[in-house]
Amino acid sequence: MLDTMISTQASPQTLDARIPPGPIEQKWDRARFDMKLVSRANRRKYRVIVVGTGLAGAAAAATLGEQGYQVDGFSFHDSPRRAHSIAAQGGINAAKNYRNDGDSIYRLFYDTIKGGDFRAREANAYRLAQLSVEIIDQCVAQGVPFAREYGGLLDTRSFGGVQVERTFYARGQTGQQLLLGAYQALERQISAGSVKMHTRSEMLDLVVIDGKARGIIVRNLVTGAITPHAADVVVLATGGYANVYYLSTNAKASNVTAIWRAHRRGALFGNPCFTQIHPTCIPVTGEHQSKLTLMSESLRNDGRVWVPVKKGDTRPPGAISDAERDYYLERRYPSFGNLVPRDVASRAAKEVCDAGRGVGPGGYGVYLDFRDAINRMGRDAVQEKYGNLFEIYERITGENAYDVPMRIYPAVHYTMGGLWVDYQLMSTIPGLFVGGEANFSDQGANRLGASALMQGLADGYFILPATVPNYLASSRFDPVNTAHPAFREVEDEVRRRTEALLATKGKRTVDSFHRELGRLMWDECGMARSESGLRKALARIPELREEFRTDVRVPGDDGGLNQSLEKAGRVADFLELAELMCTDALHRSESCGGHFRVESQTPDGEAMRNDEEFSYAAAWEWTGPDNAPVLHKEPLTFDYVHPTQRSYK
Amino acid sequence: MNLTLRIWRQKGANTPGEFVTYPVHNVSPDMSFLEMLDVLNEELIVRGEEPVSFEHDCREGICGSCGFLIDGMTHGPRRGTTVCQLHMRSFQDGDELTLEPWRASAFPVLKDLIVDRSAFDRIIQSGGFISAPTGSAPEANAILVPKESSDTAFDAAACIACGACVAACPNASAMLFTSAKLTHLNVLPQGQPERDERTVNMVAAMDREGFGSCTNHAECEAACPKLIPLEFIARMNRYVYRALLRPHRHPLAERIAPGAPSRAR
Ligand SMILES: Cc1cc2nc3c(=O)[nH]c(=O)nc-3n(C[C@H](O)[C@H](O)[C@H](O)COP(=O)(O)OP(=O)(O)OC[C@H]3O[C@@H](n4cnc5c(N)ncnc54)[C@H](O)[C@@H]3O)c2cc1C
Ligand code: FES
Repeated sequence: MLDTMISTQASPQTLDARIPPGPIEQKWDRARFDMKLVSRANRRKYRVIVVGTGLAGAAAAATLGEQGYQVDGFSFHDSPRRAHSIAAQGGINAAKNYRNDGDSIYRLFYDTIKGGDFRAREANAYRLAQLSVEIIDQCVAQGVPFAREYGGLLDTRSFGGVQVERTFYARGQTGQQLLLGAYQALERQISAGSVKMHTRSEMLDLVVIDGKARGIIVRNLVTGAITPHAADVVVLATGGYANVYYLSTNAKASNVTAIWRAHRRGALFGNPCFTQIHPTCIPVTGEHQSKLTLMSESLRNDGRVWVPVKKGDTRPPGAISDAERDYYLERRYPSFGNLVPRDVASRAAKEVCDAGRGVGPGGYGVYLDFRDAINRMGRDAVQEKYGNLFEIYERITGENAYDVPMRIYPAVHYTMGGLWVDYQLMSTIPGLFVGGEANFSDQGANRLGASALMQGLADGYFILPATVPNYLASSRFDPVNTAHPAFREVEDEVRRRTEALLATKGKRTVDSFHRELGRLMWDECGMARSESGLRKALARIPELREEFRTDVRVPGDDGGLNQSLEKAGRVADFLELAELMCTDALHRSESCGGHFRVESQTPDGEAMRNDEEFSYAAAWEWTGPDNAPVLHKEPLTFDYVHPTQRSYK
Repeated sequence: MNLTLRIWRQKGANTPGEFVTYPVHNVSPDMSFLEMLDVLNEELIVRGEEPVSFEHDCREGICGSCGFLIDGMTHGPRRGTTVCQLHMRSFQDGDELTLEPWRASAFPVLKDLIVDRSAFDRIIQSGGFISAPTGSAPEANAILVPKESSDTAFDAAACIACGACVAACPNASAMLFTSAKLTHLNVLPQGQPERDERTVNMVAAMDREGFGSCTNHAECEAACPKLIPLEFIARMNRYVYRALLRPHRHPLAERIAPGAPSRAR
């Protein structure tokens, strides 16, 4: 009964993104004007569930609460302030043109579309650029301590993939400061009684009634209690799924469960294989490695990337003269140099390492050298700009990057894929909205640096608070509460899943499965993907899933705090997601952005798109555990930025 | 290297806990402290025992999830370093280490090394914000903020709310945490309108949550992984005096010290 959405949709469809008509600069205004409003007095009657209170979710919950809706916020963290957004370092883009260096809303829009390798929706990217300006205003008003010039004005810097200085930052802790702004706005609403916050509460399933999202099932991570929660609309802002690779720069607990469960209830999954590999992370040191640490790519503004010219050159970096160094990004991409977009920089690092010219233990690393920057601006200026990043590096590696160059290597960082949403950020399940990294995003096949924070806050502060009320005002609602049998049914399913994980009592730990899955995904669905590799992964994943089902060992019980059980549920979902990612990567036989198919490259090794065949967003439908997913397409049209082969030469 | 760990094990909030000793072998100096615990936990699971619960997420020293005492030191021996960023090269072969959760009545233990720090959220709820309804903000550069103020605000806002300051303080005081938030917001021009109100409300909330008061031990400053300076507590005291002494339409003193003299307008 709950699955009616799914079974009726078995044949491929063309998706309508509900993009408003008119010139691109007027679309958002037009959309807002066409939206239905809810009068102030009626807002209290509506219940809104917001799952996830990182940048996108905290901003949305605070704003909807302030507007007068009854909001319930959920987070598996002990406090909203701990969401993964806190870890963002480098900055947030905005088309303020404070530098008078030729920036504009149109240029940010253009850069986003080009940076995304023509796989993003033009209307969304334009709206994002428009809203970027208001985001900075909002954050400054909240007291976010952005970097400033001596005259008291805001400072900006440039960031990977662009030639203007439009990135606002708060030392190397921009995400922390933006999240604290959103968190504080949220706490203010909690004290005002408009938002009720449920911390240490993990959403384990979505409840769909009469085709509409009407609630969620939640496990209290301290008591183990599983409870139903009903609402008129559900917003998911649950972050990205890069942890499917086990090793990534994401926080350890980041996972796919919320959107995966919604996918299984009928929400289409957009571009699941679009993954971003970040070029500047600290290399892996051994088997024990539990996560990878990003060194903000703002470092590429002043650091120079190089490897020895000679293969297997193990001399210390200081002993290698300039003539024996290959500053390969500057050599290959003279106009962008060290600031080429992430996908380009990452692949270039992989190539030189695969060719045997990598540095450090294991040979999978390249140098990021500050020698010239220190000579040019002085050590103090470098410290003022990057001090905390140098400190992080020292803590992890025991090396001082003022004296020896950093060693870096690419790592999985961000997922452009996510639940497919229309212009209103609504998924294919009416009443289920998705914001932040959890949706399939405005970034296309590759995200420019400093654009995820911008997107999360645009969704949270401005877009969802307009589109959610529009949905409420224009839909008819039968009153629903948790006594409805659908809640009971889904709740029982959740209980059975939890019990099954505990009852298996096999021999292997959850982490050992997660590591194996991660390795497979990194090798076959990582920086370079091939048909044979993807087929290999597609053969192995179902086996691994079966081994997990029969041989996983989850200690403890479900009656209280049980971190192994939490992990087991998340890894079970990753094991399903991984297959969809490989299926998507296999079907898209072109290269675009971060998705590099070795079969599709230019003679000099750059990614080669195939616009004739693949100028669409892929949106996959779940059709049951043993059935192949069905592909639906949203055709992409480019009326403003004409698709060209990207060149950063 | 090989180590011996004495770890506080406690099943739940209402069950008594005890120390249990575990040997750990083949520890690499490149591991982080938490990765060393991961290795121990993997062994425990395979042996059919319950792994040690500890809180963590970012493992980059920024989310504030992690934190426990190592030999009585919050986050272990390295100054300005969270336990997730502490690496095993700070220890030696044969070391015996005692791990226990934060000890403070305002932070009840939930399990093993995990405590409940929601009291911090409630302090923020009481006034740790600037009221800026979405959409109402003026153009960002219309508000000039002296670089000095914004740098001080940033230093204070760097707090990660891990709770080490409370755990290190003999009085379990939350003054460093509270003063850091007050400094962040009170030095900025945007924070001025609510300054006095914010100050008294947050101080009152801190008392309500059962945190102790400050008697100048300065352990908090030494314990803080983000190096938040003690000076902010002195600032907080100044904020409180100012709030109490300045005339207000409704005297603020009542909120923190019922019956105290204060000037009304
Ligand atoms: C190391 C690092 C550095 C970065 N630096 C930058 C940068 O400089 N600039 C930039 O623009 N972007 C950067 N990014 C990307 C950016 O930080 C993220 O994309 C963005 O913060 C995601 O925000 P979010 O609100 O979508 O999700 P998150 O912040 O991940 O929040 C997810 C929320 O959902 C909750 N949640 C998840 N699942 C459930 C569930 N099942 N039940 C209940 N709650 C759930 C969590 O508790 C959390 O509250 C960086 C990312 C990383 C990893
Ligand atoms: S795990 Fe985030 S600060 Fe240690």
